Amino acid sequence: MKFDLILRIAAKLLIPFTLLFGLYVQFHGDFGPGGGFQAGVIVAAVVILYAIIFGLETAKNVVPPIVVETMIPVGVLIYASVGVASMLLGGEYLNYSVLEHDPAHAQELGILLVELGVFVTVAGTMTAIFYTFAGRGR
Amino acid sequence: MELFENIIAHYNHWVTIFLMVAGLYIVVARGNMVKKLVGLSLFQTSVYLLYLTPGKILGGTPPILDPNFAVYSNPLPHVLMLTAIVVGVATLALGLALVVRINEAYGTIEEDEIFADGEGGE
Amino acid sequence: MIENLPALQIVIPLLGAVLCALVRHGGIAWAISTLVSWMMPVVAGLILAQVLSDGAISYAMGGWAPPFGIEFRIDAANGFVLLLISVVGAVIMPYARRSVGAEISRRNQAWFYTMYLLCLCGLLGVSITGDAFNAFVFLEVSSLSTYALIALGKDRRALLAAYQYLIMGTIGATLYVIGVGLLYTMTGSLNFVDVAARIADMETTRPILAAIAFIMVGLSLKLALFPLHVWLPNAYAYAPSLATAFLAATATKVAVYLMLRFLFTVFGLHATFENLPLTEIFLALSIAAMFGASIVAIFQENVKRMLAYSSVAQIGYITLGIALANQTGLTGGIVHLFNHAMMKGALFLVLGAVAFRLGTVKIEELAGLGRRMPVTMGAFVVAGLSIIGTPGTAGFISKWYLAVGALEQGMWWLVFLLVASSLLSVVYIGRVVEVVWFRPLSEKAEGAREMPLDMLVPTLILVAATVYFGIDTSLTADIASSAASALLEGVK
Repeated sequence: MKFDLILRIAAKLLIPFTLLFGLYVQFHGDFGPGGGFQAGVIVAAVVILYAIIFGLETAKNVVPPIVVETMIPVGVLIYASVGVASMLLGGEYLNYSVLEHDPAHAQELGILLVELGVFVTVAGTMTAIFYTFAGRGR
Repeated sequence: MELFENIIAHYNHWVTIFLMVAGLYIVVARGNMVKKLVGLSLFQTSVYLLYLTPGKILGGTPPILDPNFAVYSNPLPHVLMLTAIVVGVATLALGLALVVRINEAYGTIEEDEIFADGEGGE
Repeated sequence: MIENLPALQIVIPLLGAVLCALVRHGGIAWAISTLVSWMMPVVAGLILAQVLSDGAISYAMGGWAPPFGIEFRIDAANGFVLLLISVVGAVIMPYARRSVGAEISRRNQAWFYTMYLLCLCGLLGVSITGDAFNAFVFLEVSSLSTYALIALGKDRRALLAAYQYLIMGTIGATLYVIGVGLLYTMTGSLNFVDVAARIADMETTRPILAAIAFIMVGLSLKLALFPLHVWLPNAYAYAPSLATAFLAATATKVAVYLMLRFLFTVFGLHATFENLPLTEIFLALSIAAMFGASIVAIFQENVKRMLAYSSVAQIGYITLGIALANQTGLTGGIVHLFNHAMMKGALFLVLGAVAFRLGTVKIEELAGLGRRMPVTMGAFVVAGLSIIGTPGTAGFISKWYLAVGALEQGMWWLVFLLVASSLLSVVYIGRVVEVVWFRPLSEKAEGAREMPLDMLVPTLILVAATVYFGIDTSLTADIASSAASALLEGVK
């Protein structure tokens, strides 16, 4: 599909807005429907769309597999460190209330960080699954 | 007639059970490994309905406190099923990855062809 | 930090798994996993000591008080299981470096350790949690990593075994989660203690009965109760040696624990054993497992497969203890949980060493190996005696408790069946012993040497444990006894 003009232009138009929408879903998670999981899948979908239109090799140049495979543990690391931080600050594991002076703000901060971890891991995992399956059998 | 009313009143459960049994049947009856995974996925998906449908209260709103509303739907099943969906995705991805590897190792994904030459080890 | 111990039990392996996935170097990943695995028994020991002195511990995850938040709840029963899993993990890790180095390609070693640590995290999580749905999530964390561990086996049949286990395991987990869903619809709670308190006046309603059935069948699949065990022999036979030893010692035990928790704490004796014919069902299936699986084990050519069938038979003994549902019988079941982990762990480590030196575990290739690897094969004999249940070994203790428990229930015929099934294990263990010690050397065994020291020591520790716990039962039997009474009391 590398030489199909309409697809290429449409994809180029779509990709930035889809990415932006992914971030919107990520950061809007505490006010409305959304969150790290959905946002991660949307961002991964952008990479997959890019790979389908412009070829797997091009996509791997833009988002190298090593980055993708590092994202998976890094997201879990972010999540786990929030928990460890709250333990170090004297609360239970993942008790966000101790993260800041005001419990309500602390809850917001905590869930934001954890969702960030989820986002990174899910985006990485989904892209990694695609890369692995798409790169097989050539 | 009573049975019919029973079905209408609990139609969500009938849908759930139909999907559940259909999924399980595909897993048991099909020899193609990808089809088996499709069945397995259907089986898992039916559980989402089992959890979600009793959580919805007719006329209930999302559980955000507001003086205008008194009846809220239960949000917990949604959270639980979000987790179950993640588990389901992971299982399906792992299962498909195994099927790809099996196809590379055996050259087929039909169970009866693989077991024909005594590979099962039984 | 001391009050955060229950969280640390789960978080440390999780962090370890993350680091292993980040470093992507087999040697460093091994060092991380060893460090993590050695920290686990310390944490579990501290928790268990606290439980035994002050009673059950409750830990509110994220600061959300139970029953609304996820509660980690540890009493004598799961404190014991936590210690068991941690100890097995800690003992086998020094063994891992060479065994994994030989069996797993360099590229995949770090992933192997990642999966191992995730599996450890999941198994510990199932044991520690007090929340039915959380238990499902941890169960799937451990199962998914187990499928990956099995698929890393060298033989291409490992892939098939992993696929079959994935199908069966997922069906089991889904049945379990259906049961939990029905339970949640009826009681509105997922917390074990809370559900137990709410279930009393509805225990004969149809949804609850269905929930009992779904949960029991689902967990029976996970713990490989006799007719649902078909995934187990292939999975154990073709997985990497270390994974087999670890899984045989821990994975099914955790499912047994979860079943105990549901039978005794959540549903309670009244709803299960008194209202339903569960004693008869468990008795029939346990006896079928003890005999059926032992007989199949006798005819196996692959020794790993033989021991896998033996595991199915031994799980029969554990469920026999559940079926008796009295103090002594249940103690026997829980002690056997521990003892079987020790002896099967030891036996699979021996086979791992054989595979390391010979590259095969076919019985005819092992002929005369006793002359080349005397210590290793001596370890096999001692652990084998324990499987048979010879006095002076751990296996005898558990069978003794089971027999006494059976007599207390007035089932004297069960004692004969216990002895008869032990005779079957004499046959399959004896077959290997005969080949290894009394046959002329096979070609493959000719060049074999004793296994290296860092593999030998973990094996000998487990073998020593089977002998030690056969003589001094103060640790195992006493904790198991208080675990049994904790379970039988239910939630008062």
